[in-house]
Amino acid sequence: MTFKQMFTSSVGKKLIMGFTGIFLILFLIVHAGLNATIWANDGGLMFNKAGHFMGSNAVPRILEIGLFLGIFLHIYQGYLLTLENRTKRSVGYAVSYTKGSKWYSRSMAILGTLILLFLIAHIYHFWTPSRLGGIGNIKALGTVNHNGVELHNLYAEMDAVFTNPYIVILYVLACGSLAYHLAHGFQSAFKTIGVHNRRYHALISSIGYGFAILIPLIFALMPISFYFDWIK
Amino acid sequence: MSHKELNLKLKVWRQKNANTSGAFKTYELNGISEEMSFLEMLDVLNEKLITEGGEPVAFDHDCREGICGMCSLYIDGKPHGPWQANTTCQLHMRAFKDGDTITIEPWRANSFPIVKDLTVDRSAFDRIIQAGGYVSVNTGNAVDGNSLPIEKEKADEAFASAMCIGCGACVAACKNSSAMLFLSAKVSHLALLPQGAPERKSRVLNMVAQMDKEGFGSCTNTGACEAACPKEISIANIARLNKEYLGASLTSE
Repeated sequence: MTFKQMFTSSVGKKLIMGFTGIFLILFLIVHAGLNATIWANDGGLMFNKAGHFMGSNAVPRILEIGLFLGIFLHIYQGYLLTLENRTKRSVGYAVSYTKGSKWYSRSMAILGTLILLFLIAHIYHFWTPSRLGGIGNIKALGTVNHNGVELHNLYAEMDAVFTNPYIVILYVLACGSLAYHLAHGFQSAFKTIGVHNRRYHALISSIGYGFAILIPLIFALMPISFYFDWIK
Repeated sequence: MSHKELNLKLKVWRQKNANTSGAFKTYELNGISEEMSFLEMLDVLNEKLITEGGEPVAFDHDCREGICGMCSLYIDGKPHGPWQANTTCQLHMRAFKDGDTITIEPWRANSFPIVKDLTVDRSAFDRIIQAGGYVSVNTGNAVDGNSLPIEKEKADEAFASAMCIGCGACVAACKNSSAMLFLSAKVSHLALLPQGAPERKSRVLNMVAQMDKEGFGSCTNTGACEAACPKEISIANIARLNKEYLGASLTSE
Protein backbone atom coordinates (compact mmCIF):
# COMPACT_ATOMS: atom_id res chain seq x y z
CA MET A 1 0.00 0.00 0.00
CA THR A 2 1.40 3.40 -0.96
CA PHE A 3 1.04 6.54 1.18
CA LYS A 4 -1.15 7.92 -1.57
CA GLN A 5 -3.52 4.97 -1.31
CA MET A 6 -3.42 5.24 2.46
CA PHE A 7 -4.49 8.87 2.57
CA THR A 8 -6.92 8.88 -0.35
CA SER A 9 -9.22 6.13 0.92
CA SER A 10 -12.38 7.25 2.73
CA VAL A 11 -10.77 6.43 6.08
CA GLY A 12 -7.44 8.00 5.07
CA LYS A 13 -9.08 11.31 4.15
CA LYS A 14 -10.68 11.36 7.56
CA LEU A 15 -7.30 10.66 9.17
CA ILE A 16 -6.02 13.86 7.55
CA MET A 17 -9.01 15.75 8.98
CA GLY A 18 -8.41 14.27 12.42
CA PHE A 19 -4.67 14.87 12.59
CA THR A 20 -4.84 18.41 11.20
CA GLY A 21 -7.80 19.10 13.51
CA ILE A 22 -5.81 18.08 16.58
CA PHE A 23 -2.87 20.18 15.35
CA LEU A 24 -5.20 23.19 15.03
CA ILE A 25 -6.59 22.49 18.52
CA LEU A 26 -3.02 22.71 19.86
CA PHE A 27 -2.54 25.96 17.96
CA LEU A 28 -5.68 27.39 19.61
CA ILE A 29 -4.20 26.72 23.05
CA VAL A 30 -0.99 28.59 22.15
CA HIS A 31 -2.90 31.44 20.51
CA ALA A 32 -5.34 31.87 23.39
CA GLY A 33 -2.55 31.63 25.95
CA LEU A 34 -0.37 34.26 24.28
CA ASN A 35 -3.26 36.61 23.66
CA ALA A 36 -4.41 36.33 27.26
CA THR A 37 -1.41 38.53 28.13
CA ILE A 38 -3.54 41.52 27.06
CA TRP A 39 -5.16 41.17 30.48
CA ALA A 40 -1.84 41.83 32.23
CA ASN A 41 -2.98 45.49 32.47
CA ASP A 42 0.48 46.78 31.63
CA GLY A 43 -0.53 48.84 28.62
CA GLY A 44 0.08 45.86 26.36
CA LEU A 45 3.80 45.54 27.05
CA MET A 46 3.76 41.82 27.83
CA PHE A 47 1.49 41.18 24.87
CA ASN A 48 3.70 43.11 22.46
CA LYS A 49 6.76 41.29 23.77
CA ALA A 50 5.02 37.94 23.21
CA GLY A 51 4.05 39.06 19.70
CA HIS A 52 7.62 40.15 19.05
CA PHE A 53 8.95 36.75 20.15
CA MET A 54 6.49 34.90 17.89
CA GLY A 55 7.39 37.11 14.93
CA SER A 56 11.16 37.25 15.35
CA ASN A 57 12.14 33.79 16.59
CA ALA A 58 12.87 31.12 13.99
CA VAL A 59 11.00 28.27 15.74
CA PRO A 60 7.53 29.88 15.78
CA ARG A 61 8.13 31.17 12.26
CA ILE A 62 8.81 27.63 11.01
CA LEU A 63 5.82 26.32 12.98
CA GLU A 64 3.80 29.09 11.36
CA ILE A 65 4.45 27.54 7.95
CA GLY A 66 3.22 24.24 9.36
CA LEU A 67 0.18 26.03 10.70
CA PHE A 68 -0.75 27.47 7.31
CA LEU A 69 -0.22 24.07 5.70
CA GLY A 70 -2.38 22.46 8.39
CA ILE A 71 -5.16 25.01 7.97
CA PHE A 72 -5.04 24.64 4.19
CA LEU A 73 -5.15 20.83 4.35
CA HIS A 74 -8.00 20.88 6.88
CA ILE A 75 -10.05 23.26 4.73
CA TYR A 76 -9.27 21.58 1.41
CA GLN A 77 -9.92 18.07 2.69
CA GLY A 78 -13.02 19.23 4.56
CA TYR A 79 -14.61 20.70 1.45
CA LEU A 80 -13.56 17.73 -0.66
CA LEU A 81 -15.17 15.29 1.77
CA THR A 82 -18.33 17.37 2.08
CA LEU A 83 -18.75 17.61 -1.68
CA GLU A 84 -18.01 13.91 -2.16
CA ASN A 85 -20.40 12.86 0.59
CA ARG A 86 -23.16 14.96 -0.99
CA THR A 87 -23.01 12.86 -4.15
CA LYS A 88 -23.76 9.61 -2.31
CA ARG A 89 -27.53 10.08 -2.09
CA SER A 90 -29.04 11.45 -5.30
CA VAL A 91 -32.65 11.13 -4.14
CA GLY A 92 -33.15 12.47 -0.65
CA TYR A 93 -35.71 11.62 2.00
CA ALA A 94 -39.10 13.30 2.31
CA VAL A 95 -38.74 13.21 6.10
CA SER A 96 -35.17 13.72 7.25
CA TYR A 97 -33.62 11.87 10.19
CA THR A 98 -32.42 14.45 12.67
CA LYS A 99 -33.06 12.81 16.03
CA GLY A 100 -30.02 10.54 15.96
CA SER A 101 -27.40 13.27 15.73
CA LYS A 102 -26.67 16.81 16.90
CA TRP A 103 -27.26 19.69 14.48
CA TYR A 104 -23.69 20.92 14.85
CA SER A 105 -22.33 17.45 14.05
CA ARG A 106 -24.20 17.60 10.76
CA SER A 107 -23.16 21.22 10.09
CA MET A 108 -19.37 21.04 10.33
CA ALA A 109 -18.88 22.38 6.79
CA ILE A 110 -21.11 25.41 7.38
CA LEU A 111 -19.54 26.14 10.77
CA GLY A 112 -16.11 25.71 9.19
CA THR A 113 -17.03 28.10 6.38
CA LEU A 114 -18.09 30.74 8.90
CA ILE A 115 -14.75 30.31 10.69
CA LEU A 116 -12.93 30.60 7.35
CA LEU A 117 -14.72 33.86 6.50
CA PHE A 118 -13.77 35.18 9.92
CA LEU A 119 -10.20 33.97 9.42
CA ILE A 120 -9.83 36.07 6.25
CA ALA A 121 -10.91 39.19 8.16
CA HIS A 122 -8.74 38.23 11.12
CA ILE A 123 -5.58 37.71 9.04
CA TYR A 124 -6.27 41.03 7.31
CA HIS A 125 -6.63 42.81 10.66
CA PHE A 126 -3.53 41.50 12.42
CA TRP A 127 -1.31 39.05 10.61
CA THR A 128 -0.81 40.87 7.30
CA PRO A 129 0.12 44.28 8.77
CA SER A 130 2.47 42.73 11.31
CA ARG A 131 4.20 40.10 9.18
CA LEU A 132 4.16 41.68 5.74
CA GLY A 133 4.12 45.36 6.68
CA GLY A 134 7.51 45.40 8.32
CA ILE A 135 8.57 47.23 11.49
CA GLY A 136 6.93 50.60 11.85
CA ASN A 137 4.28 49.76 9.31
CA ILE A 138 1.49 48.69 11.64
CA LYS A 139 -1.45 50.68 10.40
CA ALA A 140 -1.42 54.16 11.95
CA LEU A 141 0.01 52.98 15.23
CA GLY A 142 3.61 52.07 14.56
CA THR A 143 5.87 50.54 17.17
CA VAL A 144 6.87 50.89 20.78
CA ASN A 145 10.44 50.93 21.97
CA HIS A 146 11.24 48.65 24.87
CA ASN A 147 14.84 48.60 26.16
CA GLY A 148 16.09 49.49 22.70
CA VAL A 149 14.04 46.82 20.89
CA GLU A 150 11.39 47.93 18.43
CA LEU A 151 8.16 46.02 19.08
CA HIS A 152 5.11 46.01 16.83
CA ASN A 153 2.36 47.72 18.74
CA LEU A 154 -0.17 44.95 18.09
CA TYR A 155 -1.88 45.85 21.35
CA ALA A 156 -2.70 49.30 19.97
CA GLU A 157 -3.81 47.65 16.74
CA MET A 158 -6.25 45.47 18.69
CA ASP A 159 -7.47 48.50 20.58
CA ALA A 160 -8.06 50.34 17.30
CA VAL A 161 -9.71 47.45 15.44
CA PHE A 162 -12.08 46.68 18.30
CA THR A 163 -13.53 50.17 18.47
CA ASN A 164 -15.79 49.12 15.60
CA PRO A 165 -18.85 47.39 17.08
CA TYR A 166 -19.51 45.44 13.87
CA ILE A 167 -16.05 43.90 14.01
CA VAL A 168 -16.57 43.03 17.68
CA ILE A 169 -19.88 41.32 16.77
CA LEU A 170 -18.20 39.49 13.88
CA TYR A 171 -15.46 38.19 16.20
CA VAL A 172 -17.93 37.08 18.87
CA LEU A 173 -20.13 35.28 16.30
CA ALA A 174 -17.04 33.57 14.88
CA CYS A 175 -16.21 32.37 18.39
CA GLY A 176 -19.72 30.88 18.55
CA SER A 177 -19.09 28.99 15.30
CA LEU A 178 -15.74 27.84 16.65
CA ALA A 179 -17.39 26.60 19.86
CA TYR A 180 -19.85 24.38 17.99
CA HIS A 181 -17.19 23.29 15.48
CA LEU A 182 -15.05 22.17 18.43
CA ALA A 183 -17.98 20.60 20.31
CA HIS A 184 -18.14 18.01 17.54
CA GLY A 185 -14.62 18.23 16.15
CA PHE A 186 -12.62 17.67 19.33
CA GLN A 187 -14.07 14.28 20.23
CA SER A 188 -14.61 13.28 16.59
CA ALA A 189 -10.92 13.84 15.78
CA PHE A 190 -9.87 11.39 18.46
CA LYS A 191 -12.41 8.81 17.26
CA THR A 192 -11.08 9.25 13.75
CA ILE A 193 -7.48 8.61 14.72
CA GLY A 194 -8.61 5.44 16.48
CA VAL A 195 -9.23 6.09 20.19
CA HIS A 196 -11.92 3.50 20.89
CA ASN A 197 -11.25 2.69 24.54
CA ARG A 198 -14.50 3.69 26.29
CA ARG A 199 -12.74 5.01 29.39
CA TYR A 200 -10.53 7.35 27.38
CA HIS A 201 -13.34 8.26 25.08
CA ALA A 202 -15.53 9.43 27.97
CA LEU A 203 -12.59 11.50 29.23
CA ILE A 204 -11.90 13.00 25.79
CA SER A 205 -15.59 13.86 25.29
CA SER A 206 -15.71 15.74 28.61
CA ILE A 207 -12.45 17.57 27.91
CA GLY A 208 -13.74 18.33 24.40
CA TYR A 209 -16.90 20.01 25.62
CA GLY A 210 -14.92 21.96 28.22
CA PHE A 211 -12.41 23.03 25.57
CA ALA A 212 -15.20 24.01 23.17
CA ILE A 213 -16.65 26.36 25.80
CA LEU A 214 -13.45 27.69 27.38
CA ILE A 215 -11.25 28.54 24.38
CA PRO A 216 -13.90 30.39 22.30
CA LEU A 217 -14.99 32.19 25.47
CA ILE A 218 -11.43 33.44 26.07
CA PHE A 219 -11.19 34.59 22.45
CA ALA A 220 -14.62 36.26 22.53
CA LEU A 221 -13.70 38.18 25.70
CA MET A 222 -10.75 39.85 23.92
CA PRO A 223 -12.67 42.12 21.52
CA ILE A 224 -15.32 42.64 24.23
CA SER A 225 -12.67 43.70 26.75
CA PHE A 226 -11.23 46.24 24.31
CA TYR A 227 -14.61 47.53 23.21
CA PHE A 228 -15.81 48.16 26.75
CA ASP A 229 -12.40 49.41 27.92
CA TRP A 230 -12.06 46.74 30.58
CA ILE A 231 -8.28 46.72 30.27
CA LYS A 232 -5.83 49.51 30.83
CA MET B 1 -56.71 -5.37 27.73
CA SER B 2 -58.57 -3.10 25.41
CA HIS B 3 -58.23 -3.73 21.74
CA LYS B 4 -57.94 -0.77 19.41
CA GLU B 5 -58.25 -0.46 15.70
CA LEU B 6 -56.53 2.23 13.71
CA ASN B 7 -57.54 4.11 10.60
CA LEU B 8 -54.41 5.19 8.81
CA LYS B 9 -53.19 7.11 5.82
CA LEU B 10 -50.05 5.69 4.22
CA LYS B 11 -47.69 7.66 2.02
CA VAL B 12 -45.73 4.95 0.24
CA TRP B 13 -42.85 5.37 -2.23
CA ARG B 14 -43.75 3.60 -5.49
CA GLN B 15 -41.11 3.04 -8.13
CA LYS B 16 -41.26 0.54 -10.95
CA ASN B 17 -37.51 -0.16 -11.14
CA ALA B 18 -34.08 1.41 -10.86
CA ASN B 19 -34.37 3.09 -14.25
CA THR B 20 -37.63 4.92 -13.66
CA SER B 21 -38.28 7.72 -11.23
CA GLY B 22 -40.70 7.11 -8.41
CA ALA B 23 -43.28 9.08 -6.46
CA PHE B 24 -45.29 8.87 -3.27
CA LYS B 25 -48.76 7.35 -3.46
CA THR B 26 -51.27 7.77 -0.68
CA TYR B 27 -53.45 4.91 0.54
CA GLU B 28 -56.18 4.83 3.17
CA LEU B 29 -56.26 1.77 5.38
CA ASN B 30 -59.01 1.22 7.93
CA GLY B 31 -59.52 -1.19 10.80
CA ILE B 32 -55.84 -2.04 11.40
CA SER B 33 -55.40 -3.91 14.68
CA GLU B 34 -52.82 -2.33 16.94
CA GLU B 35 -51.51 -5.82 17.71
CA MET B 36 -50.44 -6.24 14.10
CA SER B 37 -46.81 -5.94 13.14
CA PHE B 38 -45.88 -3.22 10.66
CA LEU B 39 -45.24 -5.78 7.93
CA GLU B 40 -48.61 -7.45 8.59
CA MET B 41 -50.19 -4.04 8.11
CA LEU B 42 -48.39 -3.84 4.74
CA ASP B 43 -49.64 -7.36 3.95
CA VAL B 44 -53.20 -6.09 4.54
CA LEU B 45 -52.49 -3.16 2.22
CA ASN B 46 -51.16 -5.50 -0.46
CA GLU B 47 -54.16 -7.85 -0.21
CA LYS B 48 -56.39 -4.84 -0.64
CA LEU B 49 -54.37 -3.62 -3.64
CA ILE B 50 -54.45 -7.07 -5.28
CA THR B 51 -58.21 -7.40 -4.69
CA GLU B 52 -58.71 -4.02 -6.31
CA GLY B 53 -56.61 -5.15 -9.26
CA GLY B 54 -53.62 -2.97 -8.42
CA GLU B 55 -49.92 -3.71 -8.08
CA PRO B 56 -48.82 -4.75 -4.55
CA VAL B 57 -46.09 -2.77 -2.81
CA ALA B 58 -42.73 -4.56 -2.98
CA PHE B 59 -40.84 -4.68 0.33
CA ASP B 60 -38.09 -6.91 1.72
CA HIS B 61 -38.73 -9.33 4.58
CA ASP B 62 -37.77 -12.83 5.59
CA CYS B 63 -37.62 -14.15 9.16
CA ARG B 64 -39.95 -11.55 10.70
CA GLU B 65 -38.20 -12.29 14.00
CA GLY B 66 -35.72 -9.41 13.97
CA ILE B 67 -32.65 -11.53 13.29
CA CYS B 68 -32.16 -11.92 9.53
CA GLY B 69 -31.59 -8.32 8.46
CA MET B 70 -33.84 -8.49 5.42
CA CYS B 71 -36.51 -5.98 6.42
CA SER B 72 -35.74 -2.35 5.91
CA LEU B 73 -38.11 0.64 5.42
CA TYR B 74 -37.52 4.24 6.44
CA ILE B 75 -40.65 5.01 8.43
CA ASP B 76 -41.61 8.58 9.39
CA GLY B 77 -38.03 9.78 9.10
CA LYS B 78 -36.21 6.93 10.86
CA PRO B 79 -34.83 3.62 9.62
CA HIS B 80 -36.91 0.75 11.06
CA GLY B 81 -39.49 3.19 12.44
CA PRO B 82 -39.97 5.05 15.72
CA TRP B 83 -38.88 2.43 18.26
CA GLN B 84 -35.28 2.14 19.44
CA ALA B 85 -33.19 -1.01 18.94
CA ASN B 86 -35.88 -2.55 16.81
CA THR B 87 -36.32 -3.92 13.31
CA THR B 88 -39.27 -3.03 11.10
CA CYS B 89 -40.66 -6.56 11.40
CA GLN B 90 -40.74 -6.20 15.18
CA LEU B 91 -42.39 -2.79 15.03
CA HIS B 92 -46.03 -3.06 16.03
CA MET B 93 -48.92 -0.86 15.11
CA ARG B 94 -49.42 0.23 18.71
CA ALA B 95 -46.52 2.59 17.99
CA PHE B 96 -49.01 4.67 15.97
CA LYS B 97 -52.20 6.55 16.75
CA ASP B 98 -55.56 6.45 15.05
CA GLY B 99 -55.64 8.91 12.18
CA ASP B 100 -51.85 9.00 11.72
CA THR B 101 -50.26 9.54 8.34
CA ILE B 102 -47.25 7.23 8.00
CA THR B 103 -44.55 8.03 5.43
CA ILE B 104 -42.73 4.93 4.18
CA GLU B 105 -39.57 5.36 2.10
CA PRO B 106 -36.91 2.94 0.90
CA TRP B 107 -33.28 3.13 2.13
CA ARG B 108 -31.82 6.05 0.19
CA ALA B 109 -28.24 5.62 -0.94
CA ASN B 110 -26.74 5.40 -4.41
CA SER B 111 -24.90 2.27 -3.29
CA PHE B 112 -28.29 0.68 -2.52
CA PRO B 113 -30.12 1.08 -5.86
CA ILE B 114 -33.88 0.63 -5.75
CA VAL B 115 -35.07 -2.67 -7.19
CA LYS B 116 -38.76 -1.88 -6.88
CA ASP B 117 -40.87 0.31 -4.58
CA LEU B 118 -39.38 -0.15 -1.10
CA THR B 119 -36.94 -2.91 -2.03
CA VAL B 120 -33.30 -1.96 -2.47
CA ASP B 121 -30.30 -3.96 -3.64
CA ARG B 122 -27.95 -4.37 -0.67
CA SER B 123 -25.49 -6.73 -2.40
CA ALA B 124 -22.77 -4.08 -1.91
CA PHE B 125 -22.64 -5.35 1.69
CA ASP B 126 -22.11 -8.91 0.46
CA ARG B 127 -19.19 -7.80 -1.70
CA ILE B 128 -17.62 -5.97 1.28
CA ILE B 129 -17.84 -9.22 3.29
CA GLN B 130 -16.37 -11.14 0.34
CA ALA B 131 -13.40 -8.76 0.37
CA GLY B 132 -12.26 -9.97 3.79
CA GLY B 133 -15.01 -10.47 6.35
CA TYR B 134 -14.10 -14.08 7.03
CA VAL B 135 -11.39 -16.34 8.43
CA SER B 136 -9.79 -18.39 5.66
CA VAL B 137 -8.28 -21.35 7.43
CA ASN B 138 -8.93 -24.93 6.52
CA THR B 139 -10.04 -26.05 9.91
CA GLY B 140 -10.43 -29.77 9.47
CA ASN B 141 -12.29 -31.09 12.47
CA ALA B 142 -13.59 -28.52 14.90
CA VAL B 143 -11.04 -28.02 17.66
CA ASP B 144 -11.97 -28.23 21.30
CA GLY B 145 -13.48 -24.94 22.43
CA ASN B 146 -11.19 -24.72 25.43
CA SER B 147 -7.97 -25.11 23.43
CA LEU B 148 -7.93 -21.41 22.55
CA PRO B 149 -8.51 -19.26 25.63
CA ILE B 150 -10.24 -15.92 25.02
CA GLU B 151 -10.90 -13.36 27.74
CA LYS B 152 -14.57 -13.10 28.59
CA GLU B 153 -14.65 -9.30 27.97
CA LYS B 154 -13.15 -9.72 24.51
CA ALA B 155 -15.52 -12.54 23.64
CA ASP B 156 -18.46 -10.41 24.80
CA GLU B 157 -17.29 -7.42 22.80
CA ALA B 158 -16.70 -9.51 19.70
CA PHE B 159 -20.18 -10.93 20.12
CA ALA B 160 -21.69 -7.46 20.51
CA SER B 161 -20.06 -6.48 17.20
CA ALA B 162 -21.12 -9.73 15.56
CA MET B 163 -24.74 -8.85 16.41
CA CYS B 164 -24.80 -6.73 13.23
CA ILE B 165 -27.42 -8.22 10.91
CA GLY B 166 -26.28 -6.20 7.89
CA CYS B 167 -29.67 -4.57 7.32
CA GLY B 168 -28.18 -1.27 6.12
CA ALA B 169 -30.05 1.02 8.53
CA CYS B 170 -26.72 2.71 9.33
CA VAL B 171 -26.27 3.69 5.68
CA ALA B 172 -29.89 4.83 5.48
CA ALA B 173 -29.54 6.96 8.62
CA CYS B 174 -26.18 8.53 7.73
CA LYS B 175 -26.19 11.92 6.03
CA ASN B 176 -23.14 10.74 4.05
CA SER B 177 -24.57 7.28 3.23
CA SER B 178 -21.54 5.84 4.97
CA ALA B 179 -21.29 2.09 5.60
CA MET B 180 -18.74 2.52 8.38
CA LEU B 181 -20.87 1.16 11.23
CA PHE B 182 -21.52 -2.04 9.27
CA LEU B 183 -17.90 -2.36 8.14
CA SER B 184 -16.51 -1.57 11.58
CA ALA B 185 -18.74 -4.17 13.24
CA LYS B 186 -17.57 -6.82 10.78
CA VAL B 187 -13.89 -5.88 11.11
CA SER B 188 -14.12 -5.56 14.92
CA HIS B 189 -15.65 -8.89 15.66
CA LEU B 190 -12.79 -10.68 13.91
CA ALA B 191 -10.06 -8.25 15.06
CA LEU B 192 -11.01 -8.94 18.68
CA LEU B 193 -10.61 -12.70 18.37
CA PRO B 194 -7.42 -14.75 17.94
CA GLN B 195 -9.00 -16.57 14.98
CA GLY B 196 -9.06 -13.28 13.07
CA ALA B 197 -5.44 -12.38 13.79
CA PRO B 198 -3.63 -13.96 10.76
CA GLU B 199 -5.56 -11.85 8.23
CA ARG B 200 -6.06 -8.85 10.44
CA LYS B 201 -4.20 -6.32 8.28
CA SER B 202 -5.25 -7.47 4.84
CA ARG B 203 -8.86 -7.77 6.02
CA VAL B 204 -9.27 -4.15 7.04
CA LEU B 205 -7.39 -2.79 4.01
CA ASN B 206 -9.34 -4.91 1.51
CA MET B 207 -12.71 -4.27 3.12
CA VAL B 208 -12.17 -0.49 3.24
CA ALA B 209 -11.06 -0.57 -0.41
CA GLN B 210 -14.19 -2.49 -1.37
CA MET B 211 -16.42 -0.13 0.62
CA ASP B 212 -14.93 2.82 -1.27
CA LYS B 213 -15.38 0.99 -4.58
CA GLU B 214 -19.06 0.49 -3.78
CA GLY B 215 -19.42 4.27 -3.45
CA PHE B 216 -20.37 4.68 0.20
CA GLY B 217 -19.56 8.03 1.83
CA SER B 218 -17.06 8.83 4.59
CA CYS B 219 -17.84 8.78 8.27
CA THR B 220 -18.18 12.11 10.09
CA ASN B 221 -18.98 10.60 13.50
CA THR B 222 -22.43 12.21 13.77
CA GLY B 223 -23.76 9.16 15.60
CA ALA B 224 -26.96 8.81 13.53
CA CYS B 225 -26.00 5.23 12.59
CA GLU B 226 -25.67 4.11 16.19
CA ALA B 227 -28.99 5.74 17.10
CA ALA B 228 -30.80 3.98 14.25
CA CYS B 229 -29.15 0.57 14.57
CA PRO B 230 -31.67 -2.15 15.48
CA LYS B 231 -28.87 -4.14 17.13
CA GLU B 232 -27.34 -1.17 18.99
CA ILE B 233 -23.92 -1.64 17.40
CA SER B 234 -21.64 0.83 19.17
CA ILE B 235 -19.98 3.68 17.28
CA ALA B 236 -16.83 2.74 19.24
CA ASN B 237 -16.44 0.07 16.56
CA ILE B 238 -15.80 2.83 14.01
CA ALA B 239 -12.97 4.22 16.14
CA ARG B 240 -11.56 0.68 16.39
CA LEU B 241 -11.79 0.29 12.62
CA ASN B 242 -9.90 3.58 12.19
CA LYS B 243 -7.17 2.28 14.48
CA GLU B 244 -7.05 -1.03 12.59
CA TYR B 245 -6.79 0.86 9.30
CA LEU B 246 -4.12 3.27 10.55
CA GLY B 247 -2.00 0.43 11.94
CA ALA B 248 -2.41 -1.80 8.90
CA SER B 249 -1.81 0.93 6.32
CA LEU B 250 1.29 2.23 8.12
CA THR B 251 2.90 -1.17 8.55
CA SER B 252 1.92 -2.99 5.35
CA GLU B 253 4.41 -3.14 2.48
